[in-house]
Amino acid sequence: MVGGPWEPVIGLECHVELNTRTKMFCSCPNRFGAEPNTDTCPVCLGHPGSLPVPNREAIARIILIGLALGSTIAARSIFHRKHYFYPDMPKNFQISQYDLPICVGGALEIDLPDGSAKRVGITRVHMEEDTGKTTHASASGRIHDAAHALVDYNRAGVPLVECVSEPDLRSPEEAGAYLRELRALLGALGVSDVRMEEGSLRCDANVSVRPVGSDELGTKIEIKNLNSVRSLERALAYEIDRQTRALEAGEVLVQETRHWDEDAGRTTVMRSKEEAFDYRYFPEPDIPPIEPDPAWIEELRARLPELPRARRDRYVREHGLRPEVARVLVADPGASDLFERTVALGAPPERAANWITQDLAALRKAGEGRVGPEHLAELIAMLDRGEITGASAKVALEEAFATGDPVPVIVERRGLAALADADALAEAVRAAIDAHPDAVERFRAGNEGVLGFLVGQVMRATGGTADPRRVADLLRERLG
Amino acid sequence: MSRGSPDLCDLSASELGARLAAGEITCAELAESSLRRIEAVEPRLGAFLTRTPELARERAVELDAYLAAGGPRTSASGIPTALKDVLTTRGVRTTCGSRILADYVPPYDATAWARLSGAGAVLVGKTNCDEFAMGSSNEHSAFGPVRNPWDLERVPGGSSGGSAAAVAAGEAVWALGTDTGGSVRQPAALCGIVGLKPTYGRVSRYGLIAFASSLDTVGCFTRSVRDAALLLRAIAGHDARDATSLDAPVEHPGRDLEAGVAGMRIGLVAGALEEGVEPGVREAVRTALDRLAALGAELEEVALPHAEHALSAYYLIAPSEASSNLARYDGVRYGVRAAGEHTDVAEMMARTRGRGFGPEVKRRVILGTYALSAGYYEAYYGQAQRVRTLIIRDYEAAFERVDVLVSPTSPTTAFRLGERLDDPLAMYLSDIFTIPANLAGVPAVSVPCGFADGLPVGLQITGPPLAEARILRAASALEADLGLDLRPPLLASL
Repeated sequence: MVGGPWEPVIGLECHVELNTRTKMFCSCPNRFGAEPNTDTCPVCLGHPGSLPVPNREAIARIILIGLALGSTIAARSIFHRKHYFYPDMPKNFQISQYDLPICVGGALEIDLPDGSAKRVGITRVHMEEDTGKTTHASASGRIHDAAHALVDYNRAGVPLVECVSEPDLRSPEEAGAYLRELRALLGALGVSDVRMEEGSLRCDANVSVRPVGSDELGTKIEIKNLNSVRSLERALAYEIDRQTRALEAGEVLVQETRHWDEDAGRTTVMRSKEEAFDYRYFPEPDIPPIEPDPAWIEELRARLPELPRARRDRYVREHGLRPEVARVLVADPGASDLFERTVALGAPPERAANWITQDLAALRKAGEGRVGPEHLAELIAMLDRGEITGASAKVALEEAFATGDPVPVIVERRGLAALADADALAEAVRAAIDAHPDAVERFRAGNEGVLGFLVGQVMRATGGTADPRRVADLLRERLG
Repeated sequence: MSRGSPDLCDLSASELGARLAAGEITCAELAESSLRRIEAVEPRLGAFLTRTPELARERAVELDAYLAAGGPRTSASGIPTALKDVLTTRGVRTTCGSRILADYVPPYDATAWARLSGAGAVLVGKTNCDEFAMGSSNEHSAFGPVRNPWDLERVPGGSSGGSAAAVAAGEAVWALGTDTGGSVRQPAALCGIVGLKPTYGRVSRYGLIAFASSLDTVGCFTRSVRDAALLLRAIAGHDARDATSLDAPVEHPGRDLEAGVAGMRIGLVAGALEEGVEPGVREAVRTALDRLAALGAELEEVALPHAEHALSAYYLIAPSEASSNLARYDGVRYGVRAAGEHTDVAEMMARTRGRGFGPEVKRRVILGTYALSAGYYEAYYGQAQRVRTLIIRDYEAAFERVDVLVSPTSPTTAFRLGERLDDPLAMYLSDIFTIPANLAGVPAVSVPCGFADGLPVGLQITGPPLAEARILRAASALEADLGLDLRPPLLASL
C-alpha cells in the first residue's frame, strides 16, 4: 500500500466526569481534592454485600448531553459489567454500558479554520463509573522502581460519561476543534467542570492513515494519556507522521494501543491487539434496565440552555462581534454569562467583549474575582463619558476584581478621576516641556515619535488621570 | 414431647412472644436457654463459625429494660437468632465460610438483619455454610462441615447447613439463610424444619454477600410455618439500597394460615415422583398429597416442560455471575492477603485468590469465566438466559391452572458426609427440584412432610410471585394435619 498522498482518519473517545452532588451508585460526595479515601463507603469501595443504586441526576445529565448532541434517547438501556483486574477498581469490574447505551447517534458541529462548519458524527454516549487513582511511590517516580503503590478511592464511582465520535475527523486541528467544541457544549450544559487538568474531561484518540480517496479504514491505533487540547493535537501530528512514514516504507502497521509521552513528544506501545483484555461483558444483574419516562425527557429538553454554536452565531449576528471573539467568549460559560448581563445593562457589546476577553480574562486566570456586570457597564460608561482614562480604567478593574467595590467608589478612593481641570493639565504639560529640552528640540526638528515620550511623561506625572489625546493636542499647541 | 422435655429455646417464636407478652419469661432467660443449648450441642454439630454470647446477653438485658419501660414488643423481640455467615453484621466477623474473608469485619449491617435487629431479635451467632454459598452439603466450608442433628454422620444439606442445623437443634429459635438454587429449602428439608425462599426482590439483598445476584434471596429457617410468616414479615419490604428490591405493597404472609386448603388447586410437578427420587421420599410425599386431598384440595399433575433444562441453565448463569461477584476478593482492600513478597500486584492478587478460595469456588469461577468469554457468551450465558425465560413462562402457564405447585424439596434424605464430595454432578442433582424457582424468581417453601428411614423429608410448595401467603397457607394446613414430632434424636441425649 505504498503511495500518497495520505489522509488521517480520526475518532475521539471522550470521558466526562459529571459534577453531580453525589457519586454514581452511592451517596458519597462527588468532589475534587478531598483527603484521600475520605469520600468512600461500602458501595464505592466494593465491600462484600454492597449494591449499586443509580443516581437519577446523573442519568438526567447524560440525557441532557444526548439531547444537546441530537442523539436518540434509548427507551430502554442497560448497564453491563466490564471486567479486568486493577487495584484502583474496587470490584475488579467497572459498571459501564455495552450494546444498549442511553444515547445513540447524533452529531457535533465544529468550526473549521477557513470559517466553514463541519458535522462530526456521534456514535454513542454512555454512562459508567470512574475508577480510583493509583500513585506509585518511589524515589525516581518511575513505576519499575516503586516499592509500593498508594490507592485513593475518592474518585471511584464518580459518574463518568463516555462520548464516542465517528471517525469523521481529518486532521489534528479538526480533532482539537472537536474537543474544544465538546468542552464548550458540556460547560454550557453545566453538567461537568470540564477541567482537563483535573481529569474531569479526558480524551483518547483513534487514528489511522489511508490514501486520499480510499473508502477503507487503515489499521487503527489508539492513543492514551492526552491531557489537553494541545497534547491531543501534538500526539495526533506525531502519530500521523509516524504511520505515514511506516506505510511509505512499506511496513505493515498492527492494531495497538499507544501511550503519549508529553515530555518526549512521542508515542510508545502500551499493548498490542493480542494483549487486549477480554472484558467478559454481561448485563449488570444488580441494576434494572433504565427506561426513562418520555415526559421526563421532555422536561429535560425544556431545561436545555442555548448551545454554544447558536450563541456564537447570535453574538455575531445581533451584537456584531467578530467570530473569533464570539468563540473565545462562548468557550467560557462564566465569561459568556458576564457578557450577556453587561450588555443587558446597556454597555456596547464590542467594548464589553473586549474587556472580558482581554483584561478581565488575564485577571481570571489567577482565580475567581468579584467583578460583576454592573462593574463592567459602569467602567465602560465612565470611559465613554471621559470621566476616567483607559489607564485608570485598568487600575479600577483590578481593584474591583479584588474588592468587589463599585467602580465610582474606587475611582474616588484612588483619585482616578480624569484630570478635567484645564489649568492643572496646562501646568503638567508646561512642566514636562521644561524638564525635557532635548526632546522638545528633537520634536521641533521633525521627530514626531518623541511626542509619545512627552505624553508619557505627563501621564506619569498625573498618575494616569490625564486624557492622553488632550495632552497630545496641548503639546502640539505649545510646541507648534 | 417424646424426646426429652423442651427448653425455652425449643419453643416457637410465636409461643415465646405470647409468654414474653404475658410477662412469664424474660429475654435474658430466653437468651440463656439458647446459649446453654449451643454450649451443649455445638461440639458435635459445628453449626456456628462465630458465636456472640456477650452481645446476646447485653442485647437481651437491654430489651428487658425496654419492654419493662413500656416499649412496644414485636414478634421478633428477644428471639434468639442465627445468621448465615454470608449476611453482613457490623462489627461481627463475616467469613462466607472462606479463608479469603477469615478476618473480615463488615462496616455495616445487611438490611434484613438491620430490620430484624431493629425489631428486637437477639443475635447468638453466625452460622457455617458452604464457601460463598456454593454447595449442597455444607462440606465446602473452609472451616469444616456441619453435622445433621438427626444423624451426626450425615450432612445437614447446604449451603445454609449451619442455620438449618442450629434451628433444628434449638441453638436458635429461628435463623436467616440465603437461597440461590435451594440453599434454604434443601437443608430445611434434610433437617426437618421449615425453609422459606421468598419472591426475588421481596427481601433486600443489601448486605447479602453476592454469589449469583440475579438468583440470590434471603430466606427463613423456622420450626413452624407461622414463625416463617412472622420472620418474613420482619425482614421484607422495599429497600432504597437495593435497586432490584420490589416496591410492591406487602400483604402479611401469615394472613391465611388458618384458611385451610379446601378448594385449593394443587399441581404436582409432572415427573417429580419418578426416577432419581428415593422411594422413601416418594412415599412420604405421596402420603402428604393424600392428606392434602383429604383436606379438600384438588390435585392434578402439571408439566413444567422446560424445567429439565433448569440445572444446565443454572450452572451457567450462577457461575458466570459468581465469577464476576468474586472478582473483588483480591487482597487489596480487605480480607486475607497472601503472605510474603510479591513481584507485582498481579502476582499478589493471583496468590491471594489461589490460596484464599477453596476447590468448589475455584471450579465455579473458572466455569463462569469461561462461559462469559468472548466468543462463548452467546452459546452459554445467552442461551441459558433464554432457557430461563422459557421456565418463567412455564410457571406463568402453570399458575393459570393451579394455585400452587408441589414436589419433593430434595430427591433424597440427608446423605452421608463425604458421600458426594468427589462427584460434583451428583451433588448438583440435590437441587434439581429447587433450582427452577430461583430461575423464575417465584416463592417456595419446604415443609416437613414425613420421614424415610428415620430421616426427615420435605415437601416443596411453590407459588406465583408475591404469593407467600398462599404457599404458607397450604404448608400450615399440612403441618397441622400431620402433627409430626420434629425433635431430632440428638436432643434426647441431653
